[in-house]
Amino acid sequence: MTDMTATMTAVPATASGKKVRYKSPTVRGRLPVLILFLPPALLLFTVFVILPMGEAAWYSLYRWNGYGTPQQFVGLRNFEVLFNNAAFSQALINNGIIILVSVLLQIPLALWLAMMLAHRIAGVVAFRLIFFLPYVLADVAAGLIWRFVYDGDYGLVAAVAGFFGVATPYVLADRGLAIYAVLAVIIWKYFGFHMMLFIAGLQAVDRSVLEAAEIDGATGWQKFRYVTLPLLGSTVRLSIFFAVIGSLQLFDLVMPLTGGGPSNSTQTMVTFLYTYGVTRMQVGLGSAVGVVLFVICVTLAFGYKRIFMRHD
Amino acid sequence: MMMLERGLAPLRAARLSALAAAGGMALLFGTSQAFADTVVKWLHLETVPAHLKMWEDIAAKYESEHPGVDIQLQFLENEAFKAKLPTLLQSDDAPHFFYSWGGGVLKQQSETGALMDLTEAMRADGAAWEKSYNPAAVKGLTFNDRIYAVPFKMGTISFFYNKALFQKAGVKAEDIKTWDDFLKAVKTLKDAGIAPIAGGGGDKWPLHFYWSYLVMRNGGQQVFEDAKNNEGEGFLHPAIIKAGEQLAELGTLEPFQGGYLGATWPQTLGLFGDGKAAMILSFEHTEATQRANSGDGKGLAPENIGRFPFPVVEGGAGNATDTLGGLNGWAVTKNAPPEALDFVRYLTNAENERLMASIGMLLPVAVGAEDGVTNPLLRAAADQLAASTWHQNYFDQDLGPSVGRVVNDAAVEIVSGQMSAEEGARMIQDARELE
Repeated sequence: MTDMTATMTAVPATASGKKVRYKSPTVRGRLPVLILFLPPALLLFTVFVILPMGEAAWYSLYRWNGYGTPQQFVGLRNFEVLFNNAAFSQALINNGIIILVSVLLQIPLALWLAMMLAHRIAGVVAFRLIFFLPYVLADVAAGLIWRFVYDGDYGLVAAVAGFFGVATPYVLADRGLAIYAVLAVIIWKYFGFHMMLFIAGLQAVDRSVLEAAEIDGATGWQKFRYVTLPLLGSTVRLSIFFAVIGSLQLFDLVMPLTGGGPSNSTQTMVTFLYTYGVTRMQVGLGSAVGVVLFVICVTLAFGYKRIFMRHD
Repeated sequence: MMMLERGLAPLRAARLSALAAAGGMALLFGTSQAFADTVVKWLHLETVPAHLKMWEDIAAKYESEHPGVDIQLQFLENEAFKAKLPTLLQSDDAPHFFYSWGGGVLKQQSETGALMDLTEAMRADGAAWEKSYNPAAVKGLTFNDRIYAVPFKMGTISFFYNKALFQKAGVKAEDIKTWDDFLKAVKTLKDAGIAPIAGGGGDKWPLHFYWSYLVMRNGGQQVFEDAKNNEGEGFLHPAIIKAGEQLAELGTLEPFQGGYLGATWPQTLGLFGDGKAAMILSFEHTEATQRANSGDGKGLAPENIGRFPFPVVEGGAGNATDTLGGLNGWAVTKNAPPEALDFVRYLTNAENERLMASIGMLLPVAVGAEDGVTNPLLRAAADQLAASTWHQNYFDQDLGPSVGRVVNDAAVEIVSGQMSAEEGARMIQDARELE
């Protein structure tokens, strides 16, 4: 990008009017670079992104157990099965809930903590580290840790319940509660990441603007609402973007916690894909989930970028 | 969909490159070893330390008798094993031989060409190898007259109970003959403040044993065979629906431990081993596995464990002597070296099967190894098997991966009251018709 702007500004400097004539030398100058540097990236992108996507779309039209090559063409049958499947509907709803909670609870929480930790006060680094620590953990490890915490017989929840002398709740085995237990872990796991983004964003906020607001007599809330937040806008938009896409792809945290159960109450689209596509050897159906997930992701991602991140 | 992860690339890159490095190391390591030895990769899901020790000893003995062969035991946890196997079998890293439950899953694997057809090898020299096993075991691993796995063990599912807890509640195992007796025992235990049954609802399949046995007791062999072959009323047969209703009735008594819907099978065994539930419907070698999974590593003393067969239902077409259980074998993959085949034969010969039987690990399938079964609980299982009028493979294995998993789902939903017996049967039938 910088390279391109540099050459573009260089062209009018040397030549005055006739752009067409002068365009070819610049292209010729960049051609070796293109030939050298484009193919590896293009090849990797094709092999690891375009090709698998195309394959998934192709498989989704077949009934196939994953061995050999797909033979039994079933048209859109897999999609039909998918949208009539109660577990998949639940997975879609859960993904929606996860997005909402990530955006409405996790990001405000992260922003609030970031506001406190962006100042240079004693012990701030330690706190940042503590809050960021869950994000550093592998998702599966975090899931397993929380499975022990929630364990109704031997876990922390059991100990706490025992201390207060109440009956132990088996949160992960309860259809009504399991999803909230998972949501709590999601917030715990990822708020640190968003907090770090906000801290970085806050440090880029010009102090003099805040000082000016202060001199004008702005209250703390007003400074936040009318100065900090607008200046932090691009970070917030980016953070929401990550939260939404991450929520849609949630998998490795849920598997060790509940595996999508009980009764599919904590299924997400990707755990559904794994449970119904991979373990049941229904690669066609699994691919159909992949295609649906892809379409949702692409629509959301491009739509979001178009609408909210236009100026970033 | 992975494309969208690019935003997080810097954060993931570190993880990826670490993985790549580890992969490269493994590759280097693997090839350097291959120069020295013929590596035989053995994939299993055994968790009991004493059993693993036995295998390691057998492998070490074989290695010392066959210089240049390196036997490598690879472990995957039960659920992970089932999930990973389809992918693994098609990769270059496929194990040379792996644990199999026979049935529809093995059949499907055999149809893909991923497995080695063992027929010629086993029938060479006047079928010397084939004849070294119980014929029923070989038959169970044969499809269209082709043998696809080497028999390893047979088993049967039955109830195990904690004698001390039964006594405390005043329940007598000898009195449990019918399903109604069983329900009564559950109520009595519950009234005595004891969790009647340890159930592994998180893994689902531990609960499908109840539905399976009830189907067998109500419908008998013909009804199940018809359903399996999608003939007649299939899984909507009244006897099968009745089985579901009886399971639902059990569910309304809340017979399982708290939080059973989240419990994995090892946790369930541990619970029984810790004496926190009175009964468990489980495999023949439960005495060993409850010990391994118990909190203190000791579990229940053998003399504190009793065993009784799954009760009959009144008016059912099935016999009390019909058994549900496993037939396990070792499937050999098509690219396995001859040494792998030779080792599997060695592993399952009468001498080694007798050794494994003697530590309570299995019920042998090798002819002449029966006298190794000294453990009384295993002996009882062996006798039950010997008198079996119909031995049925686990439903979730026999029906293949997709219908089998739906059976597991349905069993859990029915017993936990989320689904009626009829809805459950309909869900299974739908899955069967989609096959």
